[in-house]
This record gives sequence, C-alpha cells and structure tokens, in this order.
Amino acid sequence: ISARELEHIKKYPNAKVISLGIGDTTEPLPDVVASSMANYAHSLSTRTGYRGYGAEQGSKELRKAIAETFYKDMGIKDTEVFVSDGAQCDISRLQLLFGSKMSIAVQDPIFPAYIDSSVIIGQAGDVEKESGSYKNIQYMKCEPENSFFPDLSKTGRTDVIFFCSPNNPTGHAASRQQLEQVVRFAQENGSIIVYDSAYAVYISDESPRSIYEIPGAEKVAIEVSSFSKIAGFTGVRLGWTVVPKELLYSNGFPVINDFNRIVCTCFNGASRIAQAGGLASLSKEGFKAVISLIDYYKENAEILLETFKSMGLRVYGGVNAPYLWVHFPGSNSWDVFGEILEKTHIITVPGSGFGPAGKEFIRVTAFGQRENILEASRRLRSFL
Amino acid sequence: MSAIHQILSTSISSSASAFIGGHTNLKSATKSSNFAVAGKISGVVKCVASAAEKTAYTTKVSRNENMAKLQAGYLFPEIARRRAAHMLKYPDAKVISLGIGDTTEPIPDVITSAMSKRSFALSTFDGYSGYGAEQGEKQLRAAIASTYYGDLGIQEDDIFVSDGAKSDISRLQVLFGSNVTMAVQDPSYPAYVDSSVILGQTGQFQKDVEKFENIEYMRCTPENGFFPDLSTVRRTDIIFFCSPNNPTGYSASREQLTKLVQFAKENGSIIVYDSAYAMYVSDDSPKSIFEIPGAKEVALEVSSFSKYAGFTGVRLGWTAIPKELLYSDGFPVAKDFNRIVCTCFNGASNVAQAGGLACVSAEGIKAMHEVVGFYKENTSIIVDTFNSLGFKVYGGKNAPYVWVHFPGQSSWEVFGEILEKTHVVTTPGSGFGPAGEGFIRVSAFGHRENVLEACRRFKQLYK
Repeated sequence: ISARELEHIKKYPNAKVISLGIGDTTEPLPDVVASSMANYAHSLSTRTGYRGYGAEQGSKELRKAIAETFYKDMGIKDTEVFVSDGAQCDISRLQLLFGSKMSIAVQDPIFPAYIDSSVIIGQAGDVEKESGSYKNIQYMKCEPENSFFPDLSKTGRTDVIFFCSPNNPTGHAASRQQLEQVVRFAQENGSIIVYDSAYAVYISDESPRSIYEIPGAEKVAIEVSSFSKIAGFTGVRLGWTVVPKELLYSNGFPVINDFNRIVCTCFNGASRIAQAGGLASLSKEGFKAVISLIDYYKENAEILLETFKSMGLRVYGGVNAPYLWVHFPGSNSWDVFGEILEKTHIITVPGSGFGPAGKEFIRVTAFGQRENILEASRRLRSFL
Repeated sequence: MSAIHQILSTSISSSASAFIGGHTNLKSATKSSNFAVAGKISGVVKCVASAAEKTAYTTKVSRNENMAKLQAGYLFPEIARRRAAHMLKYPDAKVISLGIGDTTEPIPDVITSAMSKRSFALSTFDGYSGYGAEQGEKQLRAAIASTYYGDLGIQEDDIFVSDGAKSDISRLQVLFGSNVTMAVQDPSYPAYVDSSVILGQTGQFQKDVEKFENIEYMRCTPENGFFPDLSTVRRTDIIFFCSPNNPTGYSASREQLTKLVQFAKENGSIIVYDSAYAMYVSDDSPKSIFEIPGAKEVALEVSSFSKYAGFTGVRLGWTAIPKELLYSDGFPVAKDFNRIVCTCFNGASNVAQAGGLACVSAEGIKAMHEVVGFYKENTSIIVDTFNSLGFKVYGGKNAPYVWVHFPGQSSWEVFGEILEKTHVVTTPGSGFGPAGEGFIRVSAFGHRENVLEACRRFKQLYK
C-alpha cells in the first residue's frame, strides 16, 4: 500500500492525501499519561529512582491495575496477567509456546499476524497458490450472510482457535451467545482459544468485552490485549496477555507455567517507561482521558458510517470498533482501493489483504483528525 | 440501558474499575457452582463433589515437548528466588547482589532528559507519533551504524533496533528455525541454549554430562585460555559467540576472532556475535566482529544499550546484519530477518529510542563511558580482592564480570555458602554450562559502597 501511496503522491503532488488505511492512532497522549512517562524517565537519572531489570511479567502494580480495570469480578488475578510490548509480539511468543505441531483456526477475514506467525513457526503447511490459503489452517468464514460469525458446525477441530472480537477488519463484536458457542466449541474439541480483545474498549452495545465474561472460558482461553488502541500507545509499545491458571495441556500441565518460561527466556519485560505510562492511563484521571480519546475515534466512525450509508453502500462495523467494512459486491478490492485513491485521494485497505473472504470489501479506519475525517466524508460523498 | 452503558455514553467521571464493574455475570458465583453441590443434612451443610468434577478439566492440546526439555526455570529468576528466600530467612541482613548482571547507577541526565522530552512531545499535536518503523527510527539506525561501525562498512539499513539482546536472540532463533544445529561457548549466557531448546533444535538434556543433545558445546576454560580449540569443534549451522564473554569475562583477540571467522567460512556457518559488553574492552581486543576481514559474509552482530547506558529496564538494543550474509541458496539473511521483525515485533518503544539517540550523541557517548568506567573500577576492586585471597581469578579486565575458580567444588554449593555466610548473591558457574562447574561469577554492577562492603565480607570469609 505504501508503494501505491508513493506512486499516487508522485502523480498528484498537490493532492492532500488522507490516510484511512493503516490502523494507527493519531491523537496525542493525554497530559497525565505523557507526564507520568516523562517523570519516570527523569527519575531514572536519580539515585533513589533508578531501576534496572524489571520482572519479565511486568510490574506488580500494573498487573494489578490491568486485572482490576479489565477483569474485575471475572476471577482473573494479577499473577495471570503478563505485561508485554504489544499484541503482535505476544502472538508470536504464543506461537513459540505452542510449537510447530499445533493446528490453528482463524477467522476469515482477519488481520494477518496470526497466519503469518503460524507460517513462520512451521504450523501452516503449504500454500495453495490460487487462494493464498494454507493447507493446515482452518479458515472460519465471516461474511454478511452469517452476520460475521462463523458457522462452527462447519469448522474442523484445531488445537488453537484465534478469535478477534471486536474484529479487525470487519468491526463485528461477537455477542454473549456467540461467544458462549465458541467456548462450548472449544470445550467439546479440547481446544485453546486465543482471544484478541484489543478493541474491546470500542464496544458500544452489550457485547462482552472479555472472553472471561463467559463461564468456563478460564479453562479454554488465553486473552491478548493492547494499550495501542486504548491509550494511543502504538509507538510506546505496551500490551498484555492473560493466561488463567486453570488452562491446562492434555497432560494436566498448566499453560501458564510454560508461558512464564517463554517470557523469562525470550523477553526481558516491557519498557519501564511504557509501563509507567500504562499505569497512568489506568488511573482515575488517566482513564477518563483515554476514554474521551476513544469516544473521539468512535465519533469519527459514526461520521464515516453515516457517509457510507448515505451513499447507499453496504457498510458493516463502525459501531463496536474503529473500522468500517464496506462491501462492493462483485468487485475486486484492489480495484476499488485504486479507484477510491485515484478519485478521492483517500487511502484505505483492500479487503483481500485480510484473507479470501475480504475480496469484495474495503476497510476504512476511523483513526484520524476530525477535520480529515470530515474532509474524507465530503470527498467520498461526491465520489459516487 | 444498563448503568454501565450510561457511564459509557457520557464522559466518565468514575474510576477505571467502575467501567467494567457493572457486569452481572459474576465469575465467582459461576466458579463455585462448578465444584460442589451443597446438601443439607440435619442442619449441617455438606459439600459433595460429583465424581466427574474431581479431576480438573484439561484441554486436548499437547504440551510443546520442547518446553518439557528445559530443566528448570531460566537461570536468573532462579537466582532471584534464592535471594528472596534468603532475605526472608535473614530479614535484618544487608544482602548485596552481585548475581544478576543488573546495572545500578542512574542513567546520565543527557539521556533521560531526551526521554522525558519525547514523552512530553507525545502529548502534543506536532510531537505525537504512532507506529514507528519496525526496524527502528531512521536517525537512530544511522547513528548506531556510524557510532559503532563507522568505518566497518555497516550501514543504516543493516541495523535493526530492538527491545534488547534477549528478545533479538529468540527472534534470530525463529528466523533460523528448528532444523539448524548450533554451537555455543561453554560456559555461556543461558538464553542461547534455552532459546535453541524452545525452537526444537535440540534433543533431550543429558543429565550425566549436563548438555542438550545436538548442541555443540565449545569448552572455554583456563586450560585453553577461554578460547575454544576449534579443531575439536564439529560443524554446526550457527555459532553463538559472545565476546567480551558473559560469564568468563574473556575478550577474544583479533587473531582468535580471525580463526573463528575462518572456521565459519570453511564450514559455511553463520556466527551470531554478541557484543553487548564491547564498551568494557580495555585492551586492543576487537569491539566488533566486523573488524575482522571477511566477517560480513559469515556473521551478524547483536548488541544492547543495557550495560552501557543502564537501559536494563528501558529496553533497547540492536542487531546488525550485513547485506553480504547469504543463505546457501543466495537469499540474503537480512531480508528474512526484516520479515520476522515486521511480523513478530512492532518496533522498540519510541521513548526508549529517543534515549538511544541521546546515548550516541557526543555528550551521550562521553556519559556512557563514565558509567562504564565506574563499573570497571568496581571490577578492579573485586579482582584485587579475590587475587589477594589467593584465588585464581579470570575475566574482570574487559568485562564487568569476575570469574573465580573454586577447583573441585560444586558451584551451587559455593554460591550457597557465600550467600549464607556473607549475604552476597553471586551466580554459580554451572548455571552457564557444564564447564562453568567449579566457578563463581561475580558481577561488578553495584553502588561503590556495596561493592566495597561485599569485598570486605569476602575477605572475612576466605581469610
């Protein structure tokens, strides 16, 4: 996409290109968060404030704050929370944990890290040239026809099921009933769910914000999340993974013990400064500030949703996630991407980048400055 | 609309925990119902677990057999555990830690103020940045290349900034995959062996020799001057080589590294050169493998700001991969590493990178040298102490580690005795490999007064 962007800029040097492509936060960090990081950095140059290696699992304070903020009353303890430098790294560390003999299932479409990391670790088998699908991966189709929730009766058993909700790119947040189905499915098959809840804070309705809201999930699921889209930490790098004590391999060995070993051997903890920022973002004042940033992006999403609706397009998502999934039936997403870029100077992401089921879709992100979002809306309305 | 959604739709005035607190599906209520059925028998409540609920539910997912090969926890958390237990046992003792190689001195102002400045900038419109390039910020990559590899032909785009050497080592293992063979120095920093086991490159641990099957251990002892006899080393795909060495402190000479590069060339191997302690070199030992002609075709180098700038908690390092380093089919190793970095990583923290840039400024380099100099003085004090007590002492000249020989003794027992009798934490040599048996590693990171006090206590114990 960057290549296309550069080409486009060369062709239209005066056009003001608006990027609604990469899902990158744009709004500055709240003062209280930035100043906590600045103060922490400063304290590292003092004798009493200096700290060396931190616990690889993260500072106790932060682990507690995460458990209390996101998993209150769900029975998840701070000792089950592993602070990291972000979900992308955690996913690869989980793949390292699972090893090359695991079979995985993913939603289709889905953001590529689960598949790519699976291929790298040796789980995925050969690729089918035509479809781009990997032989050993189960693809759980999510499309308008099934309301973006897979038909689990058509899904074969795999060891691991990656499930992202709210979903990137479709924006669909699974309902309680749907997640109960997923948990039941995992229980019946003895599978492990890796639940990616990075966008949970964008949920506007009753959809669960954590897999652990579902009874029994602690025995079948790992949850990965991130401060990236919560606190604008895409560059600061901070996230976490929850591995409940109750999650056991077939021989009864606790998964958490092995994950802890991975974390201690293949990682050395998230930056203390980032952790200080994370802690500040979960404080009373900090959380208030991050929520208003999230609201800002959600308002962006509403604006874009309205825009696409008014154009008579079939648009999904945008309600529980900062992504809109726009359907252009019968088309090729790269062609649509190209046309939108050419005619409106707006960068989006062609759906086929997320899997075969994304072929006719375009993903539009709601991250951006309000004036750019409004300008983009104007251009889109005049596009058709 | 439930209370929680009212909270969400207006701006939040309550604390973070109230955000999630409204859920009615309380975990604790559900949990207790899984385990027991209460029955009442004449006023007494009896809890009866049904037969099916007696054994805990397990998934049908097999444990990764590679994880099962690992013998115990990673070495340093084990040391930390022992230290904690000791502190419980002797709550009034002033425990001094010369075990885990953790820096203790504050980070120079020039570096922390750059990090503070960057943090504040992130709260401004102009200064905010989101995702950075996974390979690192351009300026920093260029500065690392020119500072450490100035005239060695390593360029900006050969540098991959990371969150530290430990993470890089595992990412390199992921890059190499499970089908490669590796050689390590014995003794060596445990992450090389442990990451190899996790990736599935090794066989089982053989208790009698304390080695993993399929790893080639290159013995480094006083007898061979802590440089392996390469004529006895069989060919492996990858050779991990750390110099200045952790734990022995030995820094390989130009001549020795030339032999190593030749060995790699002859065998078509790749050297993973760990130069995390290069700034501690006092003599004319090479500071980078790339000082050796021909190294660019056989080696990549990993380094870190941890021990130079006290960044052990800040997390910043790098890996340099020359364009000339190619797989057997001609494919550039750097291209695949770039793919790993883009898929399995998302860049080092931007604030840490701002610190890194300050580290390699003129003022920053001067400041780092001062910090390193301080630890080197500590090292001298420790070396002198053990020398004066009649011990055979190694290392301590080109690295912040002193490798003390206790011939014929079990290093864990010596570790235990030192801890018990002097309340000083060290690291048992066998934790670094079988050739570490009979040695204790004393790290020189510490406040001067603690190092002096520890040495006083050593003198007491061993006089």
